[in-house]
Amino acid sequence: MPQYMLIMRGTDETNAAMMADIDEMMAATRLFIEETARAGVYVAAEGLDDPGQGVVVHFSGEAPVVTDGPYGETKELFGGYFLLDVASKQEAVEWAKRVPAVPGSKIEIRRVPGEDEVPQDSGKFVKEGRLRESNGQI
Amino acid sequence: MGTADVEAVWRIESARIVAALTRFTGDFGLAEDAAQEAVAEALVSWPLASPANPGGWLMATARRRAIDAIRRRTALQDRYALLAAEPVVDEEIDPDRIDDDVLALMFVSCHPVLSPEARVALTLRVVGGLSSEEIAHAFLVPVPTVQARITRAKKTIAAAGVPFELPPAGERGERLGGVLSVLYVIFTEGSTATSGDRLLRPDVAYEAIRLARTLAALQPDEPEVHGLLALCELTAARFPARTGPDGSPILLEHQDRRRWDFSAIRRGLAALARASTRGLGPYGLQAAIAAAHASAPSVEATDWDRIVVLYEALGRIAPSPVVELNRAVAVAMASGPAQALAMVDELIASDRLANSYLVPTVRGELLARLGRRPEARAELELAARLCANQRERSVLLRKAAALS
Repeated sequence: MPQYMLIMRGTDETNAAMMADIDEMMAATRLFIEETARAGVYVAAEGLDDPGQGVVVHFSGEAPVVTDGPYGETKELFGGYFLLDVASKQEAVEWAKRVPAVPGSKIEIRRVPGEDEVPQDSGKFVKEGRLRESNGQI
Repeated sequence: MGTADVEAVWRIESARIVAALTRFTGDFGLAEDAAQEAVAEALVSWPLASPANPGGWLMATARRRAIDAIRRRTALQDRYALLAAEPVVDEEIDPDRIDDDVLALMFVSCHPVLSPEARVALTLRVVGGLSSEEIAHAFLVPVPTVQARITRAKKTIAAAGVPFELPPAGERGERLGGVLSVLYVIFTEGSTATSGDRLLRPDVAYEAIRLARTLAALQPDEPEVHGLLALCELTAARFPARTGPDGSPILLEHQDRRRWDFSAIRRGLAALARASTRGLGPYGLQAAIAAAHASAPSVEATDWDRIVVLYEALGRIAPSPVVELNRAVAVAMASGPAQALAMVDELIASDRLANSYLVPTVRGELLARLGRRPEARAELELAARLCANQRERSVLLRKAAALS
């Protein structure tokens, strides 16, 4: 079954507002996770640290370039996610509406394709599989 | 909001609404009817005007319908007076209480007074939030059959005076076992369809996993609940590799293990660890067997000795001819086909798995490995005649033909 990722997208302002009431936010988030677990749809969730502590690896030139950040270049910051195993996109939307979120922030909902959606039997895949099998790799 | 949106809210809210209304009215059948009326109303009115709080809307509407129904029953005037006096409690549902109520709903839906088919239908309907159409589709039976099963089940519960409560401590273990077996029946229908032209029905298996997760969240200290969840996750992890592009089954030994769902394996192993706290029960042991496969890079590198030991343990606590047969298969892998064939012949002599296609399937495989091809072919052809799943049947016939 496909899973859906609820991606938390905040701004510098919403992140600051969240940090101001972080205990309350953590408690509300824990309740939300418990609710999804009782509904049998919870798979995983993570929240990310202050983006100011992060680094960005840029693949723009020949060699990757590492900078502090992200600063200034992104209006919306990926702040964390919930991964839910639900029956439909609409159900993911209904759960997203229940996420405790700071006013001004957004949640983006993206489907995670199932393993069974990866195309099978492309010639290369099969050949490589046989090769690895004969090598005892799998 | 469209139909799919209404259905989505219903999936999330239905168990809580039916549970709360059953607690509120003391009448499970009435609660379920009222909840169904509410969702029918939502399907009409939400596309025109979406409520700000869809879950609250459903709860309030269902509650009103329940009161209407009670009002119509003149014999229940006293209870109606009691209801009418109460304030609207939608916002006041106590989360601890609602958890127990949802759990009680599972126990009622899987109550031993009901037929096995009715338990399955009722559980999917009131706990899983599936429509009669979805249940009918899942079990390949006509919609009116499902509707009749649910109607009859509600009457049976009322007639038997089944109380809406958690079973008393003395019955708790047995009743929980009853709930687990209903979830397992749903799962196996999805993982090996008993009939029809598809081997796997992942959507059906998904419903069982979802219900097992709910039960694990509500009963975190019951090892067998985690055992069942682990078994389902680890079995479902192999789904992507179990059928070819044309839908034909691929046996474990030929599966491309890179296609296994490693997230599901990780979840299954985590659930198995939680099931292992006080010695494994029947579901935990089956999960441990599935885990031995899930952790092996190939058939040859599988710890078959461990699997034999796990089947022996399973045979002691939950004896069944199918377990014996599986143990024979594991013995064949661990110690060779001759010893396994003797076990299968013993099973046939005891006549405990007569008419199952599994016995001749295994016997045919073992004979083939021993080089006794004509006998092997006859066994596989017998298996094909007994097998109800078209996909499996064609594999058996192919194998038999390869032996001529």
